[in-house]
Parts: sequence; C-alpha cells; structure tokens
Amino acid sequence: MRYISNTPAEQEKMLQEIGADKVSDLFQAIPENIKFDRSFNIPAALSELELKELIKDKAEKNLDLSEFDSYLGAGSYDHYIPAIIDHLIIRSEFYTAYTPYQAELSQGTLQAIYEYQSMICELTGMGISNASLLDGASALGEAVIMAGRHSRKEKIIMPETVHPAYREVAQTYGKPHGLKFVETSLKGSSSNYKEIKEELDGNTAAVVFQYPNFFGTVEDLAEIARMLENHKKAVFIVVANPMALGLLTPPGEFGADIVVGEGQPLGNPVNYGGPNLGFMAIRDDRRLLRQLPGRLVGKTEDIEGNTGYVMTMQTREQHIRREKATSNICTNEALNALMAAIYLATMGKKGVEEVANQCYQKTRYLKEKLAEIDDVTVVNGDNHFNEFWLKIETADKSLEEIETKMCQQGILAGVNLAELTDQQGLLVSVTEKKTREELDKYARKLEVLLNE
Amino acid sequence: MSEALIKDYGSPGRKGYSLPELDVVEKNPAESLPEGMIREEAAKLPEVSEVDVVRHYTSLSNMNYGVDSGIYPLGSCTMKYNPKINEDIARTPNLTNIHPQQKEKYVQGSLEILYELKEYLAEISGMDEVSLQPASGSHGEYVGLMIIRKYFEKKGETRTKVIVPDSAHGTNPASATMAGYNVVEIASNEGGMVDLESLKAEVDEDTAALMLTNPNTLGIFEKDICEIQKIIHDAGGLLYYDGANMNAVLGYVRPGDMEFDVIHYNLHKTFSTPHGGGGPGSGPVAVKERLAPFIPAPVLKKEGEKYYWDNDRPDSLGRVHAFYGNYGVMLRAYAYIRTAGAKGLKEITENAVLNANYMKHKLKDTYELPFASDSLHEFVLSGSRQKKEGISTVNIAKRLLDYKQYAPTIYFPLIVKEAIMVEPTETENLQSLDRFIETMKVISQEIEEEPELVRDAPHNTVVRKLDEAKAARNPDLRW
Amino acid sequence: MKVNEGLYYTEDHEWIKVENGVGTIGVTDFAQQELGDIVFVELPEIGEEFQQNDNFGVIESVKAVSDLYIPVSGDICEINENLLDQPELVNEEPYQGGWIIKINLSAEKELEDLMNAEEYQEFLKGEA
Repeated sequence: MRYISNTPAEQEKMLQEIGADKVSDLFQAIPENIKFDRSFNIPAALSELELKELIKDKAEKNLDLSEFDSYLGAGSYDHYIPAIIDHLIIRSEFYTAYTPYQAELSQGTLQAIYEYQSMICELTGMGISNASLLDGASALGEAVIMAGRHSRKEKIIMPETVHPAYREVAQTYGKPHGLKFVETSLKGSSSNYKEIKEELDGNTAAVVFQYPNFFGTVEDLAEIARMLENHKKAVFIVVANPMALGLLTPPGEFGADIVVGEGQPLGNPVNYGGPNLGFMAIRDDRRLLRQLPGRLVGKTEDIEGNTGYVMTMQTREQHIRREKATSNICTNEALNALMAAIYLATMGKKGVEEVANQCYQKTRYLKEKLAEIDDVTVVNGDNHFNEFWLKIETADKSLEEIETKMCQQGILAGVNLAELTDQQGLLVSVTEKKTREELDKYARKLEVLLNE
Repeated sequence: MSEALIKDYGSPGRKGYSLPELDVVEKNPAESLPEGMIREEAAKLPEVSEVDVVRHYTSLSNMNYGVDSGIYPLGSCTMKYNPKINEDIARTPNLTNIHPQQKEKYVQGSLEILYELKEYLAEISGMDEVSLQPASGSHGEYVGLMIIRKYFEKKGETRTKVIVPDSAHGTNPASATMAGYNVVEIASNEGGMVDLESLKAEVDEDTAALMLTNPNTLGIFEKDICEIQKIIHDAGGLLYYDGANMNAVLGYVRPGDMEFDVIHYNLHKTFSTPHGGGGPGSGPVAVKERLAPFIPAPVLKKEGEKYYWDNDRPDSLGRVHAFYGNYGVMLRAYAYIRTAGAKGLKEITENAVLNANYMKHKLKDTYELPFASDSLHEFVLSGSRQKKEGISTVNIAKRLLDYKQYAPTIYFPLIVKEAIMVEPTETENLQSLDRFIETMKVISQEIEEEPELVRDAPHNTVVRKLDEAKAARNPDLRW
Repeated sequence: MKVNEGLYYTEDHEWIKVENGVGTIGVTDFAQQELGDIVFVELPEIGEEFQQNDNFGVIESVKAVSDLYIPVSGDICEINENLLDQPELVNEEPYQGGWIIKINLSAEKELEDLMNAEEYQEFLKGEA
C-alpha cells in the first residue's frame, strides 16, 4: 500500500520495542472463530497511472452537461463558478483539516465560518446562522424538529409547493418525534392560501414555505406573515433559494423564524447532487438559539486581547449533551460552506444582485418565447424567478417523446414533473449562463417539434 | 497576527467578478411578482477585488493546520493522509459536471463506480445491501436506527429502547434520540469493555438495539462480542455497529461476521477522503439481507449491464437527502479502495495498529494508562498525574500546538478523567511518531520544571489561548 | 474549597439556606470549580412546584452541562434573574450573589436528609 511509509525494517524495529513477534500478535483480542480467514474479494492494487486510466474509461460512459444545453434545476442549479474558488479550497491547510477542535491552530477555518455565518445572515435578513448542515432537505428536517420542540405543538403545515424530496425528508425526520404533517394543495403554481388559513390552528408547530417554490413561483410571503399574526406559537419556516435572495426581499423581513435551504447555488458545482450544503438561519432570539442544531462559530479574544474565533455554545451539541442534544449532527459541510463564502465574497454586493437579475431576465425571456407556441402554457404566468412550469398539451406526442427528441438535438429541456410529483409538465430552469442564442434555439426547436 | 474580515477589505463599488452583458431585453420584475417581493436594499455583502479575496483566504489558510501540515492524532477521527490523485479524480469533468436530475442512461459511468463501491463496502463489512445516501457518520447512525425502527414497525413490534455503552461517541445517543428512541446507558467494566451483567440487566423485549463501536473508543476490542450479540439477539433486538473505528479491523474481522445487523461507515475516516475542516463526509450504511427492504430510497441496482435507481421501495424509511448523498466524497473513497486493493486494505489496518501500539508503549510510563487491555488503532491516556501538578489535559493539548503538532482528542471518552485519546493512523512514519512521543515527554518534563510554560500555552500560535467563556456568555456570531 | 456553616448540602453539590420557611438554593464552591466557567443557567418559572430531587434547571459551563436537583420539596417564589446576564456570578460568589432560586418549603422535614457543613466537608474528601 503506497501510502504507508514505514519499511519492513522499521516495522520490525517497532515490533521489537513493543515486544511482539509479528503484527498479527497485536490482534489477539479478536476471537479466532470470528476472524476473517480469507482475502477480500476486491481487485488488486492499482498504480496511480492505472487508476487514472480506469477512471477515464468509466467517466467516458457519462454524457455530462458540456454535451448538452441543460435546463435542469429542481433543487440543483448550474450557475457560473468563478475560477478562484477551486484554487483557494485546494489549499490543503483548509481541506485536510478536521473540525476545528483546537481553535488556536484552526483560526483560518474558524474565521471563514464566522464570515460565512455573517454573509448568510446578510442574504436572508436573519440574525443568526449556523455553520452549515448536510444539505437543504435535511436542513428542513432539522428545522421541523426544532419547531416542534420550540412550540411544543405537533402539526406541520407543508404545501405541495415544497420540493417533493424535501417534503419526504422532513417527514422522515419529523415522524419519530410525533409531528403530524398536513400537505395543502396547489392553486395554479402557488400554494392554496385559503386552505392553509383553514389548517392554521392552536396545535400548529410550523408552517413551511419554499421561496421561490418548487414550481418556480414566488409565494406572497407578506400574505403568509399576515396569516401568522394570529398564531404566534407557530414557527414560520422558509426554504429559500439563496441565489434568489439577490433579487427577492429576504425572508427575515417577513418575520420568518427559521430560514433553511440548499447553499449549492453559491459557488458549488452540481456534482450529481453532492456534496451540497444546507444552511440554517434564525431570528435573533436567545430561546431559539438554544434550540439551534449544528455548529456555531463565535468571535472572542485571547488572553492578550487579540481577536480570535472559537466554536461556541457547544452544550447544544451531541458531544456534550448526548441524548439531549439539539441534533445528532457532527460533521457538517464546512468545505462547501467555505466555497459558498468565497463565492459570496467574490461576487459581492453587486455580483449576487446581477446574477439574480440575469437569471430572472433570461428565464422571463425564454418563458415569453415558449408561451407564444401553440399547445404550450406556462402555469406560473409572469410570477417566477429562475424556473417555471411548462405544460404542453398536444394529442399526438407524449412529454417523454418531446423530452427525448429535444435531447437528441442536444437540449435537456427540463425536469419531467411526473418523475417527482403528481403533476404533469416540465420544470424549466434558466441560469445566467444561458445566452439569448441558446434560449432562441430552445424555443425554435420546441416549436418545430410540436408542429411536426 | 490577525486577519481582517473580508468585508473590511472592501471599498464601495469595488468588484471582483465579471459576467457577460445581459443579452435579452430587461423587464421590471416588480411588475410580475407579488407586491413587496423585490429586495429594496442589496444584501450587504463585501465589495472587494479578486486579489483581495485571494489574499484574504490565502492568509486564512496560513492560520490553519491540516494533515498536510503534520501529524493529526485525533482519536476516533482517523486523520490519515489524503492522496492527491483522489482530488484530481473527484474533479474529472465528465464525472462531476453531471446534474442529479439527468437520466440514468447519461450517467452510467458514475453509477458503475457507485455500484462497485457498494459492492466493496458490502464485502469489507460482511453485509448484504448498502445505502450510499447518508452524508456523514452521524447521518449514517440516524439512518441505521431508522432502518431498525422500520423493521420493528413492519414486524408489528413496538420497541422503545436503544442501549449505548458509556464509552460511546456522543453521536450514538443523539442519533437514537433523533430516531425517536429512549437511550439507556450502560457502564463499562474494569477492562474498559461492555459489562455483560449490566447489559443483561438492561436488555429486554423493549430493546430495539445495542449500538457498539468495536474496537471501542478506548481502542479496545470487545472480546465478548459473541456473548454480547447473543444477549441482544436472544431478546429479539438488533446490533448496530458504529464504523468510526473500522481502520482497526480491515481484513481481520468483519462486522457482519460478528453478527452485527447494521453498520455505518465514515468514508472520510477509513477511506481517506479529506475532512474539509468539518465536512463533507459520507456515511454509507450496510445491512444484512432482512433489513434491506427498509434502507433509504432510491437504491442503486444493476440489471444486466445497466445501472438504475430503484424507487419502488414500499418499506423504505424514506429519503434523508435531496439527492444521492455525497457523491464527490464517494469518488475519492472508490479511488482509495482501488489503490489499496484487497491486500493493501489489510496492510492499512496492520500499520495503523502497529503505530498506535508503538506510541502507547513509548508513552505509558510518562502518562497514566487507565486501561491496560490490548488496544488496536488508538489508545487513551490520562493526564491525571499531571493534573496533580496543577496542569490540566487541555494545557497539555495547547502546549503541543506550540510544537507545531495537532493535539489528540481530549476529555473523551467521558469514562476517563483528563482523557488524551491518540490515533496516529498508518500514514505517519516512524520519525513522525518519535517526534510526537518526544514532544509529549518534553511537555511532561516542562510540567515538573516550568509548569507556567504549559499552563499559559499556547505561546507560538497566531492567537494565544482564547476566551471560550466570553464567547458563550455573549455570543458574537456575525459581523 | 469553601463550605459555609449553617447551610444544608446535597450529594449533587447543591446548598440550601433556610430562613422563615423560605429556602435559598445554589451550587457549592466545589461544584462551580468542577464545572469551570459558567456560561448559562436555565431557571424555572415562579410558581412551579417540585418534589425533592426533581430536576428544576440546568447549569452549563463551556464544555459541560449539569442538571440541577431540588434539595427539598417546594414551590419557586423567586429566581435570580441576574444570572441571565451574569452567569459568572455562580463562579464568583457561589454562596451569595450566585444563588439560583428561592422556594417555599413544603416539607421542612426533608432537610434531615441533607448534610451539614461538616458532613459535606467529609463527603468532599471522597469526591476529590
């Protein structure tokens, strides 16, 4: 094994020091009857060169996004990633470090997380952010458990406009804690506010909204905030696309208690869905803070009065509070959070705004082009951010057929909603990377196809 | 030496990015969205140049310490060297530039890698089916316990109790709570192992599972494992294996052969994927056949030469991740296993155990060794002798930093006072081990001769000892 | 290690001082030293009733959490709100400004179960 550096002579010397004859003597505590008595059925070791060839062969069986003009989104978005991000995170003092248990030798990671927390707060309009969670969906799972604990109520109102995988994860997380999930229906591509209003009662632990929602529509958070005025105990959870917050009013301004979401759009590649990073931000409230899952970095001073950073409020966490901890989370997604932080710093105040605006404008452009085609409707109307729900109603072609034919022309036209939900149609996502030429081509090809 | 916050590099109007000009007609979004939904004031993000960003993060990286900087002997964390080729592989364009919603037929190469990884993980653990979805070790524990929960639900049994030894990782009891179980802790015996009598006293028809790390957090192999498994299984309960310490047993014993029913791996420990300063990790779960129906959906399957995601899993516990887990981490672990090969995996364990035993042998006269039982890949010392001189374990840890070496895990496991938990891993060479041993001895001597030197440590780091009480009393969590 | 005369002590290192049927309760000097820098004290609400040895709150240092147990039965008549902003009072003055709660005793006889200063001194020898 090439990553073991001791030579047989050195190993021999060490054994002598210990007073053992051979290495296998060190394993005497393992009962003979359960010892593994054969060799693993795993291929023999490869050299670096052979490994590279093997991976190359396998990789060639993929057709990656560079082969297509892709309009896939639904929770993972292909934004432009500035070159400097990878150059900085490949600095091995960052990526080969562990969780910063020894603060004095981990100031780089700690300060970077403090800055990440600060920028997430700025973006969401919230008071406090943790150091990251595993992904957007599990962050929602943690949020509903937290809401149940905080409110001491049981009912979670979660409209069908929340990402279906997120709903599933939230339910997986929430059910062992006695939480009851009520799923409210759609009204067009929005949530049915009337139904939510009827469901709101004294037993409501939380109301969950996605912003923009799974179908791309920007929900009227002001209206929801008004509904919640009479239900102060209910926790207002918003699942936000952080990139959209470059354009949209931050959830904090609508009185959200907890904002969670997937941080991937911020400088992290689509990478087949992982590693991503969940973010979680809360209102600046001491009681909520004590219920917060995950790590937190705080600013402090050393004995000479110099500024420094430490992990703080650790008594919430599993290594101290064990079965009474606010969550079991230990390892989070620190390096992905660092990527998000570098992205937010690099793009900055203007850049994030501009990316968000370009996403909106280009989506709007494509949407208007497509809406002109016969048999095509956009369920969202004009209300969208970077994604919309396309319905194609034609007697002679199935959606699968349309998808396949578009694909043959190099276009991944969108996510087929039937694969994820009970709805029909395509979920089309447009990022700032698209050019007008590509958008025109999409519209033209689809029109030709539908008229064939 | 301190580094300014990134926002303080800023100057109004300064930019560090470039985007193509918007090439479509611009419309006013306020006209199409509900009233009040357009942000009135831009988020107060930094206004900095690209050079500012690069200098800032380079400076931060210089205030950090990774495995590439030197020994990182954190017990139970398995901080081994992270091979560079694996970083290149995880950046292979046509492996990484794929979208999770792409159809299976376009990502067959990736699925083939994942499928083979599943097979290796099943073989290494002696289990039958694997879920790659959990994104970290504790996520894996949670999934493992939810599988157990689903299994009993299906059988129509209500079991409410999960047993953990008092030496267990904190994540064990916390994960059990997350999965809706009550936690019962049992005391360890004088040898640092599960006390069979205490175990028998707690196990009953209400017991869903025992969570066990083997070797445990003292590095000691639970040699009574055959009796333990019988006690649990006879009561109808299941046995959960915390795979944090897998580096101690590769090729020597398999959890499946010890009759464990569920195991989680930590790919970021045993299989060398970098820890990233606190993640990403990956915590695949492997189970015996009878638990396979309950693992998270979707499950990666193979039919003929085609790989696909099986979503038709009626008994599944559901999803725990929006997509398929930490794919990028799995690519690195796959590369590592292929580099090691069957023989190499066993050598990894042999050298990890040899290194730890060598260190233990060299240090046990200077620091108290509270449990004398044979240990494998890690060992636990106690700073209680030094504590009598007025120096706590935390001071010893901080003094190590002055010598540019990372400190071991301290104050864990909880059953050892002033615990110092050391795991050198197989990738440290003899010189590096000797240097650490020598430093630990020097510190012990310093405690006798110049205790204030140790008490006031660290002296040579970018910041001196930090005031954690101040941070917790008045949390300052953002700028 | 300070142990004050005239107080009653528990094996969990709490003290209680009784005056006119009202008991003032805190943690001992030994307890605060063992815990280290106290960063948070979770207090009960006024009027809450507790039976002897019930868990009435939590005390936290940077890296440890301890449950607080009531030495004798009673209902809460006062809580030390200063601790919300200055938890360090428990470290600095465990027997004075760092008191935690006051209760109306409902079973004064239970005091007999507790240790006096001398017995507690002796008990501490075994703890060290």
